[in-house]
Amino acid sequence: MHNSEHYSEDVKIPMGPQHPSLKEPESFLISLRGEKITASSVRLGYNHRGIEKACEDRTYTQGLYLIERICGICSHSHSTCFSQAVEEIAGVEIPARAKYLRTLIGELERIHSHLLWLGVAGHEIGFDTLLMYTWRDREVVMDLLAALTGNRVNYGINTIGGVRRDISSKQKEEVLKGVAILETQTKYYIDLAKNETTLLKRLQGVGVLSHEDAVRLDAVGPTARACGVKRDVRKDDPYAAYAELDFKVISVNSCDVYGRTLVRLGELMESYSLIRQIISKIPEGAIAVKLPRKIPAGQAVSRYEAPRGEDLHYVRANGTEKPDRVKVRAPTLANIQSVSKMLEDRYLADMPIVIAAIDPCFSCTDRLIAIRDSRNKEKNTVTWETIRLKGIEWYKGQGIDFKSLNKKLTESF
Amino acid sequence: MSRPGKIARLLIQSFFKKPATGNYPADRSGMPEGFRGKLKFNPQMCIGCKMCMRDCPSGAIEIIKLGEKQFEAHVNLAKCIYCGQCVDSCLKHALEVTAEFELARLDPAQLKVILNAANKATLKE
Amino acid sequence: MLKALFHILIFPGLGFLFVFGFFVEYADRKLYARFQNRIGPPWFQPLADFIKLISKEEVIPEEADSTVFKLMPVFAITASAAAILYIPTLGERSVFAFSGDVIVVLYLLTIPTFTYFLGGWYSRSVYSMIGAVRSLTQLFAYEVPLFLCILAAALLADTWSLSGMVVFYSHHLGYWFCNIIGFGVALICLLGKLEKVPFDIPEAETEIVAGSFTEYNGKLLAFIRMSFNIEMVAGASLLAAVFLPFGLHLPAAVMFLFYLVQIIFIVAVISFLRSLFARVRLDQMINFCWKYLAPLAFLQVLFNLILKVVLPR
Repeated sequence: MHNSEHYSEDVKIPMGPQHPSLKEPESFLISLRGEKITASSVRLGYNHRGIEKACEDRTYTQGLYLIERICGICSHSHSTCFSQAVEEIAGVEIPARAKYLRTLIGELERIHSHLLWLGVAGHEIGFDTLLMYTWRDREVVMDLLAALTGNRVNYGINTIGGVRRDISSKQKEEVLKGVAILETQTKYYIDLAKNETTLLKRLQGVGVLSHEDAVRLDAVGPTARACGVKRDVRKDDPYAAYAELDFKVISVNSCDVYGRTLVRLGELMESYSLIRQIISKIPEGAIAVKLPRKIPAGQAVSRYEAPRGEDLHYVRANGTEKPDRVKVRAPTLANIQSVSKMLEDRYLADMPIVIAAIDPCFSCTDRLIAIRDSRNKEKNTVTWETIRLKGIEWYKGQGIDFKSLNKKLTESF
Repeated sequence: MSRPGKIARLLIQSFFKKPATGNYPADRSGMPEGFRGKLKFNPQMCIGCKMCMRDCPSGAIEIIKLGEKQFEAHVNLAKCIYCGQCVDSCLKHALEVTAEFELARLDPAQLKVILNAANKATLKE
Repeated sequence: MLKALFHILIFPGLGFLFVFGFFVEYADRKLYARFQNRIGPPWFQPLADFIKLISKEEVIPEEADSTVFKLMPVFAITASAAAILYIPTLGERSVFAFSGDVIVVLYLLTIPTFTYFLGGWYSRSVYSMIGAVRSLTQLFAYEVPLFLCILAAALLADTWSLSGMVVFYSHHLGYWFCNIIGFGVALICLLGKLEKVPFDIPEAETEIVAGSFTEYNGKLLAFIRMSFNIEMVAGASLLAAVFLPFGLHLPAAVMFLFYLVQIIFIVAVISFLRSLFARVRLDQMINFCWKYLAPLAFLQVLFNLILKVVLPR
């Protein structure tokens, strides 16, 4: 092939923030030489909505619904993680039936998320047929969730102290029927993933991340489990009803996108078995305990195994009915640092599938990150009021005056 | 042992089956029971405690006093996030959710509805 | 003179190609949807898309070369429309048949790929330039097997004229079977020429937005899409004429019906293959074409040469 010294400087191609392969805005700057990627860099922050600050202005119950809307696909993960943290601060133990119901919805959400991922992965490699079929099967799960919780996304089943809805025996049967249909379909997809030549050609050997790199760059979830790192919060630090349920942690050693596909397909099969165990073992009892509106002072960290990896919530209460500080660390934030490593020496055509393989959810990712410069000893914090005044000044320089805009908005709404 | 075109049999089977697309709007079978849609208000039970207003995450509901023990609810359908927290917070079970979800309108003024004794959603004047 | 104008403008020229192009696009999209268990678009969808695109405003980037940018869709349509004048559609002879028109048709059908390259290159956008280079690279992979298969059939028929080939095969119907390998290889190469999955690398939506056509909009995009449809009709007609020489001694209406059925059959096979595979990478595609398709095409040529010597005239 060509002698690479004869090429002039590399072409810099922007992938994002708006790009057909990204479901949410994020900026990747890629340097190309012909079809080979020589360098790549990531820039976050397009999805920052100020959720952590907004939680400080709302009561715990109101904040629960806000936290749930951080992400559409892993909404129950965030909501459960937050509830667990608040319940730990208040020192309250929720009833066993509530724990089982939370686990049931969590596993149904995992199924929904992994089927969605299969479709998206198919679309990124040009296999639209797989997208259509997996999303058709995903409708079974969505209908089940709508019947159980009252909504297809953003389920709203959690409350601080338990869950809000109970499950009837008719609904239990429907869940088992739905799971049986999905299990047959998933077995077909596993067969397809192992045997379809074009799929194997596009997924094998792509996006390789060695075991040492996965540990060093703190990958979580299926991204890490495909590299042989057996980390799963459900086994390492059981929450909800997982301590009483029997399941395996799926992990392979192939370290590439194909391994991540197999891990997610394996987790789907484990979810079906977990749901069957939950339906048969769920104890009778209350579904919630009543908590006072004011949570006593304290702080707690809670972890949850979201479909994408380990989700971390930190809550600090100060004795009032509004939290003092809420911090969310989503799994994609941990995984996105490995994308640059995975793209070294690969082709441009591998870019969409490598990004899709970490199952990116940039809405979850963009929270506040504090970067401390170790050379600069003095504390350089900016107050809320300073930021606000700076923003108003900047917009005035662009010719936009907020006083008149505010008047128009409050009149129309 | 891999071969290309493994999905061929499924494709040919699908060609002869009915498509999986639901036939909306011809077939309005609606959402499953218990779906959270528009609110319904029972004015006889309301005591005006305004707990629903305190707990609403988006400030969509407003309880207006019409007279002695007579209240009506003003709901902004655009602000409501259909979470149903007001239903749980109400001490007298005066609110409930219906499964009505076709709430889109062309005129934003039509999204502010009044739920009152007639229990029919009327437009805010 | 008037007859020539009729053939160029109405049948089988631009008028017929426009209408039939819409129909072929509808058939392709409907079949693709049905294979995926969906409903698919209604019959007037391609026409509606065309009208909508024509009514939109045209925005040409400042750095693009506006002459080349505007001319390329026109060249693409005219090249494919000119090619079909030499392909027999109704009957054994095409409209302007002459000896050597096989080469002319094959080169005319290569011109659209060059227009896509030039249009993309002169758009001066990063995505278009990558897409343009990819479409040329892909050209080098599938052109050779395609040419070899058509020329193998020409060898057996002992003539350089497409109409002569059709005459030969329709009179010796048994020889159709000798070109089966060539038919298979030519179908796969046609997927590459029409830039459909698994060879839609120049227009990979998830990697380079829309490849060469990223900056195209309005009328020009409508013409580019039309040129894809016309290229599909021309390519399918070429394959039908060379490899499916049936029903050519019947009255005109029945012959036309046969022609329609053949085109729909080839379009159905293309739609099926389109929904069956994932998109392959460029290096994998070149590997595949040179490792498997080119040797099969050579085999077909060899086979036909031996047959020519062995069989009686």
